[in-house]
Amino acid sequence: MADEKAKKTIDPKKHEMPVQDAKERAHNFEEVALGYDEETAVAEAQRCLQCKNEPCRKGCPVQVFIPQFIKMVAERDFDGAIKKIKEKNALPAVCGRVCPQENQCEKYCTLGKKFEPVGIGRLERFCADRELKMGVTVPEVAPPTGKKVAVVGSGPSGLTCASDLAKKGHEVTIFEALHVAGGVLMYGIPQFRLPKEVVQAEVENLKKLGVKIEVNSVVGKFSTVDELMEEEGFDAVYIGTGAGLPYFMGIPGENACGVYSANEFLTRTNLMKAYLFPKYDTPIKVGKKVAVLGGGNVAMDGARTALRLGAEESHIVYRRSHEELPARKEEAEHAEEEGVIFDLLTSPVEILSNEDGWVTGMKCIKYELGEPDASGRRSPIPIPGSEFIMDVDTVVVAIGQGPNPLVPRTTKGLELNKNGNIVANLETGATSKQGVYAGGDVVTGAATVILAMGAGRTAADSIHEYLTNK
Amino acid sequence: MFKILEKQVHSPVIKQFVVEAPRVAKSCKAGQFIILQINEEGERIPLTIADFDREKGTITIVFQEVGKSTIQLGEMEAGDYIKDFVGPLGEPTHIENVGTVVCVAGGVGIAPVHPIARAFKEAGNHVIGIMGARSKDLLFWEDKMAAACSELHVTTDDGSYVRQGFVTDVLKDIIEEKGKENIPLVVAIGPQPMMRAAANLTKEYDIKTIVSLNALMVDGTGMCGCCRISVGGETKFVCVDGPDFDGHQVNWAELALRQVYFKSEEQLALEYRECTCRNGGAE
Ligand SMILES: Cc1cc2nc3c(=O)[nH]c(=O)nc-3n(C[C@H](O)[C@H](O)[C@H](O)COP(=O)(O)OP(=O)(O)OC[C@H]3O[C@@H](n4cnc5c(N)ncnc54)[C@H](O)[C@@H]3O)c2cc1C
Ligand SMILES: Cc1cc2nc3c(=O)[nH]c(=O)nc-3n(C[C@H](O)[C@H](O)[C@H](O)COP(=O)(O)OP(=O)(O)OC[C@H]3O[C@@H](n4cnc5c(N)ncnc54)[C@H](O)[C@@H]3O)c2cc1C
Ligand code: SF4
Ligand code: SF4
Ligand code: FES
Ligand SMILES: [Mg+2]
Repeated sequence: MADEKAKKTIDPKKHEMPVQDAKERAHNFEEVALGYDEETAVAEAQRCLQCKNEPCRKGCPVQVFIPQFIKMVAERDFDGAIKKIKEKNALPAVCGRVCPQENQCEKYCTLGKKFEPVGIGRLERFCADRELKMGVTVPEVAPPTGKKVAVVGSGPSGLTCASDLAKKGHEVTIFEALHVAGGVLMYGIPQFRLPKEVVQAEVENLKKLGVKIEVNSVVGKFSTVDELMEEEGFDAVYIGTGAGLPYFMGIPGENACGVYSANEFLTRTNLMKAYLFPKYDTPIKVGKKVAVLGGGNVAMDGARTALRLGAEESHIVYRRSHEELPARKEEAEHAEEEGVIFDLLTSPVEILSNEDGWVTGMKCIKYELGEPDASGRRSPIPIPGSEFIMDVDTVVVAIGQGPNPLVPRTTKGLELNKNGNIVANLETGATSKQGVYAGGDVVTGAATVILAMGAGRTAADSIHEYLTNK
Repeated sequence: MFKILEKQVHSPVIKQFVVEAPRVAKSCKAGQFIILQINEEGERIPLTIADFDREKGTITIVFQEVGKSTIQLGEMEAGDYIKDFVGPLGEPTHIENVGTVVCVAGGVGIAPVHPIARAFKEAGNHVIGIMGARSKDLLFWEDKMAAACSELHVTTDDGSYVRQGFVTDVLKDIIEEKGKENIPLVVAIGPQPMMRAAANLTKEYDIKTIVSLNALMVDGTGMCGCCRISVGGETKFVCVDGPDFDGHQVNWAELALRQVYFKSEEQLALEYRECTCRNGGAE
């Protein structure tokens, strides 16, 4: 009977996420999505059907106890809810913001079959933000085991692995190449989508578990993985160095001034805070018309950042059609609302520049979609004679990244695949080298925050087992 | 935080720090560099490791004040702390015994040449050092260079010390005098026009020449691509593939254009700094 009643009163729509007005936010770096308040969160949580078979959990790469925490929110037991989430997810404030929920937990939500799914990510964010505001309780840490583990890279993968190992009583040191911890969460994903204060709050929580974070430490340079184990006494190493190597198109003119990799454009802006130049020293230059090459999250972030830095026009130039955009739907929508222009079925063949080396335009060719290939995807085919000149003065290349080669190049006996990714067993994180584990983007290629975290957790379990039996 | 242990002023615009950085000192080699960030608001700037002491765990840097960050750095004193200091970065210079090596240093390039010359000499080479600057007051480390090289030639552009002329003039004289077949390798480090001129000169004689490129950098770990430059028709990342490259293969014109990418912003940064300094740091 309760079910009957629930069905009748269920709101077919997710509670809307309050957002900053599109016109206004297109010119500032404040967070776009403002987060649920308590009442909205409780009301959204009450939409959940508490399905016995928990389909939503199967869609979550780390199997967050979704129905359980949502029930607690509905009952206003917010402390309980965040504890429940954290049993599975070490960085809920981050995931609640950037997980592609529509392809994961929410995709499998029963409610989504008829109506809009439960706003699982939004509820997760609500719980995490509330806890950050109220002050975080430090989870229990097991007694010291006397074993030392080095974690290379402080992205979501490394942070999760470190957190799990520390809770199990191991002495963990993270080595990070940059001057702050967080990986892509700090240098890539923009402030307006993931405030850096949120990331740093999560990093601080990790330190409370006793994890040491050594920034300014490039492994492969100050010390190799082998040296960490042989000379510095680490019993095991986890490599979570990400996919930081920017790819370029390989077309003429790409080294002109005014052409950035997305990594450079976003790193200058986010990590180095060039949007606050000259109060902050790192400069950035954005012209009147910006073309961002690519169609993923990184490209959307680049295009939206360009607007905020003062570009008059910001274009996404993508070889396929709207349907194939690899970016999250919400991100593409947000970009469109803010005024980003989509030039689809278009690809550059040359970047033009003047005698001072500055970009003056981009020669492009139009594409059409051909027959579906073996994978069912319709592949783009260039249209002969369709070349035209696009009038742009800044180009941001966001066509993907490969694994940073520093660690793979300097570690003896580490098996790599043909793209330079580290080969690791996906069930255990084990590499071809004893005592060395790897996970996240450096293994899978550029993927998602939550997958990187899942890999960190899996490896932490195996490392624990390895150290216990050693 | 990284402590400045010693400061030395070579000229009003050229200064030297010894910085406590044991981890960098433990593993660095000739030809590598560090990146530092003065404070929270600071930018990341690359500077060559000019000397190191593995026992004491220190790194020596020598820098010329050319803009906002280097001027601000120059105002720091022994006892002050630099917020971030990361290294060693870049590939070390390839050191081997080739017989004779001519090491050419222009201006503040004396600092990076010094450990390279020393390493070549330690490897058994006869090292001919050439060092020069615009004028006498911009010269430093003549004693250290004399010790690092087997023979040392000094010159100034304006003739205010030893002899008048560019380092490339001296290089030409030496090649002519010794014969190009007796000089298998030249290393040239200094301002871009000087390296380019040296590379052009040695190309005529077909002498292999290594230069150290000072492209703009952000991370210094191969992540941003800001430092990319065409070498032999291929795009290279100076921070991880270099900074040393074959001077005959470098696309100098491209490097020169990319070098002044942020010229107007750099000017603005300097003006902003002067303005905030005058107002006692208030905005
Ligand atoms: C602009 C952008 C937007 C994105 N948006 C989303 C999104 O909305 N949702 C989503 O789920 N995913 C998104 N992603 C993808 C996601 O950020 C990554 O999949 C995830 O960060 C990978 O985590 P990781 O821990 O494997 O590596 P990273 O986050 O890349 O971290 C690796 C860390 O290792 C450090 N490192 C590298 N080499 C060394 C070395 N030799 N020594 C020491 N440290 C080293 C790096 O400096 C870095 O800090 C986005 C990515 C980008 C670039
Ligand atoms: C590998 C390498 C080693 C170097 N070693 C030394 C050294 O030992 N001593 C020394 O005096 N200088 C060295 N430099 C140059 C030094 O990094 C720049 O002079 C410094 O960054 C200028 O900063 P600024 O803010 O004071 O000047 P700005 O006014 O900002 O810039 C002046 C000029 O310096 C260069 N520059 C500016 N920012 C950067 C940056 N982020 N990266 C690289 N170049 C930049 C540009 O050509 C610019 O036009 C080196 C550069 C590289 C790449
Ligand atoms: S971690 Fe991501 S996928 Fe899992 S429940 Fe949270 S938002 Fe959904
Ligand atoms: S599938 Fe949807 S409705 Fe069912 S328990 Fe999970 S979140 Fe609730
Ligand atoms: S400085 Fe970023 S890749 Fe070289
Ligand atoms: Mg500067």
